[in-house]
Amino acid sequence: MNSAFWTAGRVLLQIRHDPRTIGLMLVVPSMLIGLMAWIYTDTPIFAQIGPAMIALFPFVVMFLVTSIATLRERRSGTLERLLSMPLTKGGFILGYAMAFTLIAVVQTSIAVSFAVWVCGLQISGSLWLLFIVAALDALLGTSLGLMASAFARTEFQVIQFMPLLIFPQFLLAGIILPRDQLPGPLETLGDWLPLSHAIDALVAISAGTEDSSTSSSLLIIIAWIIAALVVGSLTLRRKTP
Amino acid sequence: MVIQDVGFSLMPGRIIGLLGPSGSGKSTLLRSIVGNQIISSGLVSVLGKPAGDQSLRRQVGYMTQAASVYDDLTVAQNISYFARIMGQPKDEVARVIKATDLDGQAKQLVMDLSGGQRNRVSLAIALLGSPKIVILDEPTVGLDPVLRADLWHLFAELAGTGMCLVVSSHVMDEAMRCDEILLLREGKLLAQITPRQLLEQTGAADPEEAFLRLIAQDTSMSKVADHEHQPGRHRAAAKGERS
Repeated sequence: MNSAFWTAGRVLLQIRHDPRTIGLMLVVPSMLIGLMAWIYTDTPIFAQIGPAMIALFPFVVMFLVTSIATLRERRSGTLERLLSMPLTKGGFILGYAMAFTLIAVVQTSIAVSFAVWVCGLQISGSLWLLFIVAALDALLGTSLGLMASAFARTEFQVIQFMPLLIFPQFLLAGIILPRDQLPGPLETLGDWLPLSHAIDALVAISAGTEDSSTSSSLLIIIAWIIAALVVGSLTLRRKTP
Repeated sequence: MVIQDVGFSLMPGRIIGLLGPSGSGKSTLLRSIVGNQIISSGLVSVLGKPAGDQSLRRQVGYMTQAASVYDDLTVAQNISYFARIMGQPKDEVARVIKATDLDGQAKQLVMDLSGGQRNRVSLAIALLGSPKIVILDEPTVGLDPVLRADLWHLFAELAGTGMCLVVSSHVMDEAMRCDEILLLREGKLLAQITPRQLLEQTGAADPEEAFLRLIAQDTSMSKVADHEHQPGRHRAAAKGERS
């Protein structure tokens, strides 16, 4: 358990030495939310898309950061070194998850503040719940990123996992076309993907209509996180060929 | 990589050199000792335990071929992190920094260091907790002669404290600095002798020449073996065991 805290601290220290990444992670989401708000000035569309954007950023950013960071650990030999030490795999994964969830919460605070106070997005529901969904979203990105890094040998490959694992979730989440208007098989698929539930939950929270379906959305996201973390930890092998 | 019929013992206070050309199986053998290598058959035991056993993780230090350190952390931050994972106290960090002569660089980011300094950071981490055995995979590769000599002095000092070092290299001249050498070629142990014996037995002037002569002997012997046996025997023999 301690190794998780040390690992989280180390990951945060590494990011602290990289101010440009911090800047990009914290500012870019607000910039894009601002752009969306500007595009849809004088229409009701931003009220629907705004919450979805808040769900999207922690997910995508943490996916990218985690997949590249753990790929670097695998390639540079630091992972091999750590695994020859008394470090538990769970501690390693939990460390990454804690560090990036913390960053995601900061990122979300900035994005939500910007969306609400600058762009005029209404959040009628619980702000606490909103942050819980954003943190789960970040964890989801982190766990999928960890998994993706195991199946990539180079940075080029790992970047290609983003269109593979994330774009379809975005397309089927109901932002482009409401899910109930999608062809049957796609609707079913969309109903099981985690990003759909993150977006549903955030839309409900901003409209102030959280109900039991919001809780089941959260449970589905948590199930995905656990599944991806289990697969991810199976790929951390002490012994390699 | 297939390694066959390799058996040797590590003695405290000695430097064992693992020499052989690139691709001869040096890293595979070292990773087998650390316990990071999947072994299809054979047995590696270290300090009476199977290699990679949990109890060995504090007793076997390992420096991988590439300096396995975080570029975007300072020297001290790198070493402190690994020290915490190892459950080592804070003064242990200061000790290994001093032992590897990195006092002046402790607060610098690893990405700003020279190749030799990076290697020493990696070595410092392998020394955390004063393990009984330290495995060093090509620690001097790519270093200039002065840095290389410095590192070998450091290895001798460490051996003087009772540590057993296993150092791999493909620079044959470094064999002379070891107490005992293992010559590896294509996964096969060609010889296990002291540097002095190597020169005496082959009659060569330097270790490079001695190694070439050993290879020539080995090749002519295996040719004889091929003639005596069925064709294809050589291929089958390559599936031998690691021990």
